[in-house]
Amino acid sequence: MKVSLFITCLADQFFAEAGVAAVRLLRHLGCEVDFPPGQTCCGQPAYNAGYWAEAKTVAEHTLEVLEAAEYVVLPSGSCTTMLRAFYPELYRDQPRLFARAEALSHKTYELAEFIVRVLGVRQLGQGLAGRRVAYHHGCHALRELGLRQEPLALLQSAGAEIVDWPAAEECCGFGGLFSVKLPEVSLGMADRKLDTLPPTSQVDCLTSTDGGCLLHLAGRIQKRQLSLPIKPLASLLWEAVQ
Amino acid sequence: MKLSANQYPQEAARVLREEPQVRQAVTGATLNFDGKRRQAYAEVEAEAWRRWAEGVKNHVLMNLDRYLEEAEANLRRNGVAVHWAEDASAAQRIVAQIARAGQVRTVVKAKTMVSEELGLNPLLESLGLEVLETDLGEYIIQLLGQPPSHIVGPAIHLNLEQIRRLFHQRFQTPLEASPEALAAVARQRLREGFLRAEMGISGANFVVAETGTLALIENEGNIRLSTSAPRIHVALVGIEKLLPRFSDLSVFLSLTARAATGQRLGTFVSLIQGPRRPGEPDGPEEVHVVFVDNGRSSVLADLEAWETLRCVRCAACLNACPVYRQTGGHAYGYVYSGPIGAVLSPGLVGLEETKPLPYASSLCGACFQACPVRIPIPKLLLSWRQRAVAEGLTPKAEAAAIRGYAMAMTRPWAYRLATRALRLLPEKALDNTLLPVLRAWTAGRAGLSPSPKSFQQLWEAGEV
Repeated sequence: MKVSLFITCLADQFFAEAGVAAVRLLRHLGCEVDFPPGQTCCGQPAYNAGYWAEAKTVAEHTLEVLEAAEYVVLPSGSCTTMLRAFYPELYRDQPRLFARAEALSHKTYELAEFIVRVLGVRQLGQGLAGRRVAYHHGCHALRELGLRQEPLALLQSAGAEIVDWPAAEECCGFGGLFSVKLPEVSLGMADRKLDTLPPTSQVDCLTSTDGGCLLHLAGRIQKRQLSLPIKPLASLLWEAVQ
Repeated sequence: MKLSANQYPQEAARVLREEPQVRQAVTGATLNFDGKRRQAYAEVEAEAWRRWAEGVKNHVLMNLDRYLEEAEANLRRNGVAVHWAEDASAAQRIVAQIARAGQVRTVVKAKTMVSEELGLNPLLESLGLEVLETDLGEYIIQLLGQPPSHIVGPAIHLNLEQIRRLFHQRFQTPLEASPEALAAVARQRLREGFLRAEMGISGANFVVAETGTLALIENEGNIRLSTSAPRIHVALVGIEKLLPRFSDLSVFLSLTARAATGQRLGTFVSLIQGPRRPGEPDGPEEVHVVFVDNGRSSVLADLEAWETLRCVRCAACLNACPVYRQTGGHAYGYVYSGPIGAVLSPGLVGLEETKPLPYASSLCGACFQACPVRIPIPKLLLSWRQRAVAEGLTPKAEAAAIRGYAMAMTRPWAYRLATRALRLLPEKALDNTLLPVLRAWTAGRAGLSPSPKSFQQLWEAGEV
């Protein structure tokens, strides 16, 4: 199976090792992975801020970059949602571009989603035996893509224990530009997430499929001097097969 | 009502800084409501109910002219006087006229958001009338001179201590009085008001066109008393509140209660079919319905925002919203706060007066999942943001930054250059920057540190 990785700008810049882990994991599962050159950002910052003209120019660029792909896999639920759900929305008045957006939409998957729903893999190995993992559900992954069990099942199958976290499905307060437009509200939301975690002595790491959420939570964790390591989901899943 | 929605960002920050008890009170109460709502949805085929309710409301809105005329005819047949108010001042004139004709001195009010929207209390007080809010939460905030901070729980931002102090100052109750004792004091005063008042003002959850029935849901019994004890009952009703058939109530009454408070049905449901009839021992002598437009027709004509008119004012979206939980409703600066307020208010009073509200969301989507009539709030937030951009209401620096971003992201060489530049910056350079965006980031978070090499660089170096 041929898979094209869309790394996403945040993972490219801040979580490069998660991208490496995603490629190795996909290869390990028998996929041939390529990295279409020229890729940049999916355009979501402009889309969410209401600048649809700019969002469209970025989206068109991405449509071109990924046109030839058989499957597109992203280590991010939010950017997957942008490609899958919001690109067609952007072009609802432009039939040709809409058709291209629809074609991309149908072949685009978040990493854990791809592994479970397309590859049909539910068991990755035992590399996470005894690890206590706090799983943050990114909002787009959870509510737009409907991914709840897939990432948890993969982690658990490798021996990880998902810790009880009352706010696991609540927004962390990142929200892209939201985090800097309303920083106090955004931090209040991060604190609500962190304050409802079990004591950090009972959690080995916090993970999520979304780099934006992780960057925001990691920044807050460090500022508050909590000792809680952050691991992108792709990195953990690669460890699972070791 | 006084409008200060354009101060939202400053107000939200101020509430978090200066009134930390608000975050605590609102978070606790909304999580409780939201949890009960989830349980109450899980008991029924909530998805089917929501889709059905959405369909009924859409049908009403697409045929609103017809149903309004049908409702008017059937209300009149029931002996109800029907009035039409195009805007707030027309509604004020109508209510003032009814009060004058009925020689009213005291008004008891059941909780009604549309009366807040119309600024009715200040008007009635300026006419020399005594106005008494009878919902316990509304009564408390009336004593404090505050507007409601939540559609269903108007005093949700207050904690028990604050209410104890208030009652101690006003009614000399002990500072350690139990909630039951405080409620008993309020009840005593409200009962006196019900007996004294010549006029009761309510809203309506629904008006059934087929039968001319007003339907009201509540838990305290104050709505039933406000609408039946005084000589005159005036119901203020937004024109979108219609249901076609009486049988539609079977789902809407339960769905609304489940969404609002997680109840299967409100403790009291009043179905009002007009004034006291000959031979009946009680009930009002006059019943008036004031159908209020106040911006709703133009929202209905809006190709996207019309969907907000399905709203049944249950506040499930507020309870589900992690942004609302941080500050409560006052920061939003308008009567309708939270997610629904952020998409409804720009339609009712204009985007220019409410422009920060569509940005008061991380677009997490919890509101849509809670909404009993499936209003696509995240999509509508984006729609208002787009219009803000199109109308030039966003900061110039932001527009320029987004243009620059789009230039860089459509030119792979520029993206590569930015990737390299990010790694040539001295360590901590991103922490102490003058760029406002990065300052806002680092104010409460540790600085950003890029991976030593980007993924793209690793791939191209054959290291993957």
